[in-house]
Amino acid sequence: MADNLFTISGLKLSLPDMTRKPVFGAAPQIEILKGIDFQVPRNAVTGIVGESGSGKSTLGRAMVRLLEPTEGTIVFDGLDLTHLGENELRPHRRNLQMIFQDPMSSLNPRRTIASIIAAPLRQYGLTDNIDGRVKEALDRVGLPQSFAKRYRHEISGGQRQRVGIARALALSPSFVLADEIVSGLDVSTQAQILTLLERLCRELGLTIAFISHDLSVVRRLCEQVIVMHNGTIIEKGSTKAVFDNPQQPYTRSLIDAIPLPEPDPLWLAPDAS
Amino acid sequence: MTDCLAITNLSATLPDGQRLLRSVNVNVAPGEVRALVGESGAGKSMLSKAVLGVLPVSVKIVEGDIWLQGNDLGRLTAAKRRQAVAASIALIPQDPLTALNPSRRIGPQMTDRLVKILGWDQTRADERVRTLLDEVHIRDGERVLRAYPHELSGGMRQRVLIAAAFAAEPKLIIADEPTTALDVTVQKQILRLIAEMQRLHGTAILFVTHDLGVVAKISQNVTILYGGMVVEEGAVDQLFANPQHPYTRALLAATPRYTDPEASLLPVDQSVLSDLAKAVETADRDWMSSHGG
Repeated sequence: MADNLFTISGLKLSLPDMTRKPVFGAAPQIEILKGIDFQVPRNAVTGIVGESGSGKSTLGRAMVRLLEPTEGTIVFDGLDLTHLGENELRPHRRNLQMIFQDPMSSLNPRRTIASIIAAPLRQYGLTDNIDGRVKEALDRVGLPQSFAKRYRHEISGGQRQRVGIARALALSPSFVLADEIVSGLDVSTQAQILTLLERLCRELGLTIAFISHDLSVVRRLCEQVIVMHNGTIIEKGSTKAVFDNPQQPYTRSLIDAIPLPEPDPLWLAPDAS
Repeated sequence: MTDCLAITNLSATLPDGQRLLRSVNVNVAPGEVRALVGESGAGKSMLSKAVLGVLPVSVKIVEGDIWLQGNDLGRLTAAKRRQAVAASIALIPQDPLTALNPSRRIGPQMTDRLVKILGWDQTRADERVRTLLDEVHIRDGERVLRAYPHELSGGMRQRVLIAAAFAAEPKLIIADEPTTALDVTVQKQILRLIAEMQRLHGTAILFVTHDLGVVAKISQNVTILYGGMVVEEGAVDQLFANPQHPYTRALLAATPRYTDPEASLLPVDQSVLSDLAKAVETADRDWMSSHGG
């Protein structure tokens, strides 16, 4: 279908289990993704939710081809990425950008903010008017121009995450992977970053895969959602449908476990299950 | 009735005179669950460290008292203070993996405190720990006692630490973000367990967290901190239904709820934050002038 940016079918991925590696010889393979099928529509935010160990980050990393799948196919914008080598991938990488969870460790401490945002531009040879492009990128994420000369330790956590977003959007990519990008932030900062993302999606028509364990955030931001558990997709659909009427008991239990900021003495009462 | 814990007018400073805690008052009644809420840098961990007597060396308490079970901790010698704290306070830490020694089995780690600090004999301590593992719904207690920390799941490790915290029947438990590192489904089980153990033992809990959802479910009373100052406190029902301070209202408005996705998510208003910064400044100025600084 033309309106899907990603089509992923039968995706399996195994990694070596280093905890069971013999001293000599190869580590046994452990299957992290066990057959994943889903599509990412254009100009929309797709949520990928699940608990730790469900494989949501591995799936994200396979999509941007930081990992190579064992089986199945990943078709991105009509192009089969599944087994492309690093040199073949390079021209496409500018369209597959990432925003990371921890903006502290994902920003180079020895470079200025301007130089960090300019790095992807330089990589792809967009060196004309580079200062102008950096200015524009700072503007877009609501950071003052004076930040261009600062270093990562001179700005707050929320501002760092804005830099991460500015860098990811510098090349106007057709796809952005956002892996737990608000989970390290305070609620007040988180609200700012979510509001910013919502505005950017509206203005730029971004296509985002938003990996998160926080279902309230996903309900807020994403048009559609996939729920992962143990390397498989348990449930997928429009966010509204999945939340209002979950079909699977696992999805139900995930939603029920969210503590809403409303006092409720019964919430902690032992239930029948 | 004497409060289990009474922190009165507590101020702590860095060597350069900057205050980290600004005349904080927090009381915890016997058997009460009080949440201590704040964003990063609010001073919530600093406050619990002050109570436990494990502040970083550079941080000095310059004013105020900490009363534990009617004893003024500041008047005790260091050794007596450690004894008083060990006898009536236990800690449930945030990260159960780093809180446990990776090279020792769970059993001895749980009985250490009872035997080495409180002077129980080993048999009695072993028995006590078995009873508690039962109470925290660990079925194969014998296996867990012989296991090393890495052999247990995150939820299981947190259960072990909850059992260890209740082992010596403390009067007060400081729970420092005990569910922050856990998945939501495990978080719910652990919160349920803490509530159940709290009812069973009647222990007071000072529950440190940044998650207003968790606060609403676990606590009876709430103290909200910002910049080392108490911003608002009250009963949980009232505070959530009718928050008085603009900062509390802003925090609630900034929290997304899956039940109400269309509600506009309001980032904390800059005017609220600048008012708070001014309040901090005024408090510091008044404090400096009254302390001859």
